[in-house]
Amino acid sequence: MTREHRRWILVGAIGLIGLVGRVAWAQDAATSATSSGDTAWLLTASALVMLMTAPGLALFYGGLVSQRNVLSTLMHSFFTLCLISVQWVVLGYSLSFGPDLEGIIGRLAHLGLRGIGEKPVAEMSVPPLAFVMFQGMFAVITVALITGTFVERIRFTAFLLFAFLWATLVYAPLAHWVWGGGWLMKLGALDFAGGTVVHISSGVSALVASLIIGRRAGYPEKVLPPHNVPMTIMGAALLWFGWFGFNAGSALAANSLAAIAFTTTHAAAAMAGLTWAFTEWLHRGKPTVLGTATGAVAGLVAITPASGYVSAIAALVIGGGAGLVGYWGINVLKPRLGYDDSLDVFGVHGLCGTWGALATGLFASRAVNPMGADGAFFGNLGQLLVQLIGVLATWVLAAGMTFLILKLIAFFTPLRVTEEEEIAGLDLALHGEVAYNFLSPGMGGSVRLPSRAEAALGSAQAEEPSPGD
Amino acid sequence: MKKIESIIRPHLLDAVKSALHEVGIMGMTVTEVRGFGRQKGHTEMYRGSEYRTDFLPKVKIEVVVPEELVEAVVEAILRTARTGKFGDGKIFILPVEEAIRIRTGERGEHAV
Repeated sequence: MTREHRRWILVGAIGLIGLVGRVAWAQDAATSATSSGDTAWLLTASALVMLMTAPGLALFYGGLVSQRNVLSTLMHSFFTLCLISVQWVVLGYSLSFGPDLEGIIGRLAHLGLRGIGEKPVAEMSVPPLAFVMFQGMFAVITVALITGTFVERIRFTAFLLFAFLWATLVYAPLAHWVWGGGWLMKLGALDFAGGTVVHISSGVSALVASLIIGRRAGYPEKVLPPHNVPMTIMGAALLWFGWFGFNAGSALAANSLAAIAFTTTHAAAAMAGLTWAFTEWLHRGKPTVLGTATGAVAGLVAITPASGYVSAIAALVIGGGAGLVGYWGINVLKPRLGYDDSLDVFGVHGLCGTWGALATGLFASRAVNPMGADGAFFGNLGQLLVQLIGVLATWVLAAGMTFLILKLIAFFTPLRVTEEEEIAGLDLALHGEVAYNFLSPGMGGSVRLPSRAEAALGSAQAEEPSPGD
Repeated sequence: MKKIESIIRPHLLDAVKSALHEVGIMGMTVTEVRGFGRQKGHTEMYRGSEYRTDFLPKVKIEVVVPEELVEAVVEAILRTARTGKFGDGKIFILPVEEAIRIRTGERGEHAV
C-alpha cells in the first residue's frame, strides 16, 4: 500500500467520523433523552415477546392436542396475535396506560394511540411507541395463554368474543393497577414482568373457563394423547428464548438490570426443568421430555415477577419451587379435583405464577435492585403482605370477570361445538381444513373442486368453442 | 396353491424377506398392521396422565405358493421371525382357488 493510499484512507476515515458525529449530534438535539441502545433493545425485546405467542405458544399447545384439533389450537394463538394487537392500538393501551382514573383504569386519552408523542416520558429513554408495542405483545400473549384450557371443544365465535372482552375487562384494568399507575402500583406491589398481570390472571381465568365450558367429551378416559411431542418441545424452547425479551426487556433499557433479569430468568428455567424431571423420575419411574419442558416453562413463569429484584441463587430456589408446585398441581391436584384444564394453564401459570409473586415478597433485595424493595428474608415482612394483596386482587378480578364474561357470551351464543363436531375435530368442523394430508396420488379419494371462476370459465368455453377448433 | 399369511415383528421384516427370497419366493405383499395376542401393550405417560396402548405395530406378509413350497416357506419364517418371546406373531395357511396375472391373463401357479 502506497503512502498516497494511506493518506486518502485517513482523510476518508476522519470525514466519516465527523459525519457520524454530526448525525448523532443532530439526533440528540431532536429527542434529548432517547438512547439508541435502549431503543434497539426494547424493539428487539418486543419482537421476542411476539415470538412467544406465535410460533412459541402456538406450537407448545398445538403439539399437545390430537391431530384433528391442531389447526384450531394454532389458530387460537395466531388469531389472538391479530385481534389483540388491533384491540391494543384502538383502546387497550389507553385503558392500561392512559392517565389514571381513581387508580382503577386508564382514561381514553390515547384511543387509537392518539397523543403518543415522540419524546420519551419521564424516566424512560425510549420512544413511547416502543413502550406501547412492548406492552402490546404482553396483552397478546396473556390472552393466548388462556386458550390452552378450552382447546378441542370451544366454538370459534365464543373464543373470539371471549378474547376481546377479556383483554378489555381483565387485562387492561390489571395492567393499569400494577404498571399503569393504579392502586397496586401505589401500594408498592412488585411485579417486574407480569407474574400477576400475565400469569396469575391467565391461569386463574383458565381454571374458571374450564369449569364453565366443561370437560372434553369422554374426559379423562377417552381423551387422546398429544399428537406431536416434538412440536411441543420446539414451542417450549421458543418460549424460553422469547422470555429473555419478556423479562430482560422489562428493564426498558439495555443496562445492568436487563442483565440481572436475563440471568435470573435463565437460572430459574433451567432449575425448574431439572426439578420437574427428577421429581417425575422418582415419582413415576421415568423422566419425560414433556415434563422437563413443562418444568422449564413453569420456572419461567415463577421468575417473571421476581426477575429484576432477586439474586441468581434466589432464582434457582424460585425455579426449583416452581418445578415442585407445577408438578404437584398437574399430577395431584388436577386429577383429584377432576377439572379439564386441558393443557394445564392453571397448573403452570396460575399456581407457579402465584408462587413466583409470593416468592418475590420473600427474596426481593434492594442490594440487587435499589428501585425495588427488600423482601421478608431481608427483614421486610410487609412486602410479603403487599404481594399477597396483589395476588388476591388478581385472583378475584380474573376469576370473577371471566365468570361474568363467559356467562354473558353463553347468553347469546353457545360456548361449545356439538358433540358430533367435537368428535370430527375442530379443524374440519370450524375451519374447513385438515392439518396433515398424507395422500398418495389416486388413493385419497380427494378431488379438487373447480372454483367459481374456473367453473364459469369452463362453461363459457364449452358453449363457445375457440376459433381454432 | 396356498396363501401363507404371517404376522411378524416389524424389525424382522428384512430377515424374513431375505429368507423367503432364498427359498425361491419372488414376490410378496406387506402391510403394516396393529394387533395383540399374548404380548402386552405398552404404557405412555404425558404430564402424569397414563395412556395404555393394546394394539402393537406388526407387519403382515402375504405370499401365495405352490403346495410343495409351503413347508420350506414356513420353515424360513419360523427360523427368521422367532425370538422366543411373546409377540413373535402367527402364521396362517389358507387354500387359494385361483391366481391370475393381470398383465397377461395367465392362470394358475405360473401366475404367482
